[in-house]
Amino acid sequence: MSNMTEIVRLRVNGDIKEVGVPTHYTLLEALRYVLALTGSKQGCDKGDCGACTVILDGAPTLACITPVWEAEGREVTTVEGLAGPQGPHPLQDEFDLKGAAQCGFCTPGILCSAAALLERSSEPSRLEIQEALAGNLCRCTGYAKIYDAVEAAAKRIAQSVGDTT
Amino acid sequence: MSQDTTDTTPVTAVIGSAMRKIDGLAKSTGRAVYTDDIALPGMLHGKILRSPHPHAQIVSIDTSRAEALNGVHSVITGRDMPVQYGIIPWTPDEYPLCVDRVRYVGDGVAAVAAINEDIAIEALSLIEVEYEELPAFMDPRLALRADGSTPYVHDAKKEGRNGNVTKMVQLEFGDVEGGMDKADVVVEGDYFFEGTTHAAIEPHCAIGQWDGVGRLTVWSATQVPHYLHRELARVLELDQAQVRVLQPLVGGAFGGKSEPFDLEFCVAKLAIKTGRPVKILYTREEVFYSHRGRHPFHMHYRTGATKDGKLSSVDAKILLDGGAYASFGLVTTYYSGQLLCAPYEMPAYRFDSTRVYTNKPACGPKRGHGSVQPRFAFEVQIDKLAEKVDLDPIEFRRRNFIGEHTRTINDLRVTSNGFLECLSSVEAASSWEEKFRLLPFGSGIGIAGSTYITGTNYPIYPNEMPQSAVQMQIDRSGRVAVFSGASEIGQGCDSVVAYIAAEELGVPLEWVRVLRGDTDFTPVDLGAYSSRVTFMLGNAAIDAATRLRTMVQGSVSKSWGVKSSEVLLSGGFALWAQDTSRQMPIAEAFNLAEAEHGTLGATGWYDTPKDVHGDYRGGTIGASPAYSFTAHVAEVDVDVETGVVEVKKIWVAHDCGRALNPVLVEGQMEGSAYMGAAEAIMEEQIFKDADHGRAGLHNAPSLLDYRIPTSLDTPELQSLIVESIDPEGPYGAKEAGEGPLHPSIPAIANAIYDAIGVRMDRLPFSPPNVWRAIQDAGKLSKPTPPRCGGEQ
Repeated sequence: MSNMTEIVRLRVNGDIKEVGVPTHYTLLEALRYVLALTGSKQGCDKGDCGACTVILDGAPTLACITPVWEAEGREVTTVEGLAGPQGPHPLQDEFDLKGAAQCGFCTPGILCSAAALLERSSEPSRLEIQEALAGNLCRCTGYAKIYDAVEAAAKRIAQSVGDTT
Repeated sequence: MSQDTTDTTPVTAVIGSAMRKIDGLAKSTGRAVYTDDIALPGMLHGKILRSPHPHAQIVSIDTSRAEALNGVHSVITGRDMPVQYGIIPWTPDEYPLCVDRVRYVGDGVAAVAAINEDIAIEALSLIEVEYEELPAFMDPRLALRADGSTPYVHDAKKEGRNGNVTKMVQLEFGDVEGGMDKADVVVEGDYFFEGTTHAAIEPHCAIGQWDGVGRLTVWSATQVPHYLHRELARVLELDQAQVRVLQPLVGGAFGGKSEPFDLEFCVAKLAIKTGRPVKILYTREEVFYSHRGRHPFHMHYRTGATKDGKLSSVDAKILLDGGAYASFGLVTTYYSGQLLCAPYEMPAYRFDSTRVYTNKPACGPKRGHGSVQPRFAFEVQIDKLAEKVDLDPIEFRRRNFIGEHTRTINDLRVTSNGFLECLSSVEAASSWEEKFRLLPFGSGIGIAGSTYITGTNYPIYPNEMPQSAVQMQIDRSGRVAVFSGASEIGQGCDSVVAYIAAEELGVPLEWVRVLRGDTDFTPVDLGAYSSRVTFMLGNAAIDAATRLRTMVQGSVSKSWGVKSSEVLLSGGFALWAQDTSRQMPIAEAFNLAEAEHGTLGATGWYDTPKDVHGDYRGGTIGASPAYSFTAHVAEVDVDVETGVVEVKKIWVAHDCGRALNPVLVEGQMEGSAYMGAAEAIMEEQIFKDADHGRAGLHNAPSLLDYRIPTSLDTPELQSLIVESIDPEGPYGAKEAGEGPLHPSIPAIANAIYDAIGVRMDRLPFSPPNVWRAIQDAGKLSKPTPPRCGGEQ
């Protein structure tokens, strides 16, 4: 096992951070164990479960199989970056209201997949939501409440866009 | 919920409404802390070396090269902790690390603490273990027939016995053979339930910390902090007062974290040896091998009924494949028979269950412990019987309804029972009458029912103390603090105590704080298993809150010169019931009470009834303060060319007693139905035998290959809450976490039969198994409708 380390310049949730990491580190390891952004979860460490999903330049990405240097110079958004000074993202609030997070361990990854979906599709159909979340395993909910929450958040976002225009 | 004069539902302000969870936003914003999110200063990382053999004697272990590796702080083996443990006090049969024999591929033999995971992994490769391989038992039927010519999985406790047999239970109630003689039809069948595992998304993780002078702290993703506390003290030979277990939020459990695991003992021992905090996080592969999931069951059922559709006798013979250790197996063996005796009246019942050891990871409890497998077989038997007597299967189930406030044939006390309403709910919602036997060939609909315990009347270790308790205090600001030892594993029990505090003390939910998951500071709750928490913790919380409320009402009543019973606490105010314009902020009311009584705190507790079971050996196992009831209808499409079964929709009606928060109850119902459908269609925890690779290897130890449903695989789920208002439950509540899983599997099996006329008696209903069953059936046809329909 190589003990080589390198300095990687990351832009995470709008902040530029330089991190010294072993060269074999994944983006997930850099986030969790170097930057202490522990919201993104490790469920399988091999790209099967989706709990580590972050948004990389707008696209949901499995941080546990993304070498950290691949994120260099790109925009990384984690679950911690979804909320703003106004409060939680409508998805985060609706996940709470609708009971879409039970144990909550898959939730950060699902939120990132859902947030990326709502960025590209403001009124997704049920099938579009299912397809967007098909890479995120949830073991608690049976997904039903998750769909409800995503649909409710989409409505709220559409409404707030309507209100401001 | 309508309130009429006959409704016994208590009037409530908070309870019964849709509310946020108190940790919901923390979970959705990434603030929630799970065990692996914790990093302590100077923390080391541990790894466990695991056996490559399913059964072998350990001849020697040489750790010297690993110890010499730069960055390694400590290496331990079984000799460092030579104390056996086991969740059931009568069957301790495992060591934290194996001492002289390994019993499954994955059994731990040594553990390392190093400055990082990479070095720990490298150190494992430097540990030299010499094994002497032994023949392995992979098939429970062969393990049962073993004659001692090769070593049993565990040595026999008595000379001449088969050491592979871990538990045998034979119980008979009523005249089984007489009942068979009276039957007009007898249906006999063999069923096989392949094992499945929990696959919680959070892998097991634990951190140990030793303060150098005698205090051990262990953080763990466990659902039983109290039992872990006890076993840590026993195995590490510490006083219980020296051990503190902290339970961060748990990322799913489903029974898979309900007993101590090797990593918890190893982090503790390594922390003691190194003086540094030590963390071990299982890989996903280790989670699959640690298992403790649903036992494979080989089942034989003989069931008789009269021509008017009444059960006359039930006879079951079951072989449980237990894997390498006892785990909860004593209970599983009883549950395989004991929990079948409702919701149908059984005039006679016998079961003969045997659990054997095999050289595979130990099986244990998974959601619906021990009763999901027999429920599958039995509900398919009922479907077969209904067809034989030409009755609609819903009508058949109605005719056999056991009733409420009664006893089962095995003498378990049943209180509230909303099963009939569950049946009519799914019947109506699924448009059953228009579909049953009437959908086109290839499409089908099926029904199944079930019951489950709401906790166990007897704790795992015999004691007469409360099963659950809380402490509650109220302060001058109007806040309420609850100290709860209950295990939040995603089901929402921390929120439930907060709802109850808000309800009883009249404060807004946001003012309730819950301090949780810390055996130093919270009263004992026995853990999140057997669907016990809402019922027991809820009653404990009501008990504590009532003591406080009485003091507050008394002080306000004195101040106002009214009767204490006329003082209401609600919505952040104390109000006079006769004229609610007379009110004061709740903080003021609390201040009046504190001035009168001093600092305000109360404990509350709950213990189960102990006189409501049969007077026979094993009669206490299965005894519960209340039983939940469920009915499912599943609708499927079957592709007869490929054997692919698509479950299109499941209607789930569940009698939860009372929905304290309907959002959480629906979540449990949907999650249960999903998990049952997953077991029905795709999941199988199987291990290779020597004919199919290396014996003992898991067939698919990853979340890609052990298939669990994605959003695209999961059927549409519709929850239908039924409230029977249990006389002893908190506000009438019973369980909702496990019961609603049971009928998924038989409902799907019965739907497949309705679709193509082929019985699926072997799980899972995966394309190869369904295709084979279709080939074996030869000619396929839609079954004919019964003469007697289901309409009432």
